[in-house]
Amino acid sequence: MAATVKYDEVEVGQELPARTYPVQRLDLVKYAGASGDFNPIHWNEQFAKSVGLPDVIAHGMFTMAQGGRYVTDWAGDPGAVVDYGVRFSSMVVVPNDGGTEIEITGVIEDKLDGNEVVVALTARSDGQKVLTRAKARVRLA
Amino acid sequence: MALNRDFIGRAFPPSEPYEVTRLKIREFADAIGDLNPVYRDPEAAKAAGHPDVIAPPTFPIVISLTGAGLADPELGLNYAMVVHGEQRFEYNRPLRAGDVVTAESTIAGIRSIGRNERLDLQTVITTVDGEHVCTSHNVIIERGA
Repeated sequence: MAATVKYDEVEVGQELPARTYPVQRLDLVKYAGASGDFNPIHWNEQFAKSVGLPDVIAHGMFTMAQGGRYVTDWAGDPGAVVDYGVRFSSMVVVPNDGGTEIEITGVIEDKLDGNEVVVALTARSDGQKVLTRAKARVRLA
Repeated sequence: MALNRDFIGRAFPPSEPYEVTRLKIREFADAIGDLNPVYRDPEAAKAAGHPDVIAPPTFPIVISLTGAGLADPELGLNYAMVVHGEQRFEYNRPLRAGDVVTAESTIAGIRSIGRNERLDLQTVITTVDGEHVCTSHNVIIERGA
């Protein structure tokens, strides 16, 4: 697998550039179709509110996918990810007008044997941490 | 509503074989807004050392719930109140176009957290030839009314 980032060139504590990913209702409809998760809390505002949610919320897996994209764009090859886990700590609320954004930052938390590093991610939306304990283990070049 | 504790440790039979296709990978990559060529262009994937286009790291979720049997009314899960609590994938290798895989799920645990119910599901994804591709650890939360 061809990660482009070299193991020898990263250090523990190194911060990766922050990136921001916009989220619109249309993205959630597309994600529902592609993933097969048609829970109406992700596309029907009336239904979402009827079950006590503030508004339509993004699929947790949509948010996790943005974190995956963040890591793989940095590493250079999605095949370099050997372990990826997150906790969904808060909901990404997606209003009809204008949608919202997910802002992701990362830091090299550890360097392991076999050219592997642990990238710790933080994802925020509307001031809330939406992913915690988010870590990807990535095999670098 | 309390989930049925009899389901703790329940192992479900393997799902029907699922064929991973280039088109499905591309659709999924489009839906998450990821334009990486290794998800869409076989030549780009080969240049990166893969036999065919690979799937994004979170793609296995599409397969991992297919054999889980969470819709069994005996379990008592109210789907409208379900949110995703945690998710982890351990990869032996990326899923790729041409793979034919099955998902074998086990309910690893069920417990109450305050007014919520927490269910831990482990799913092993294996090719029909017996090659382990990845294991998914999924925590779903049924919110209390």
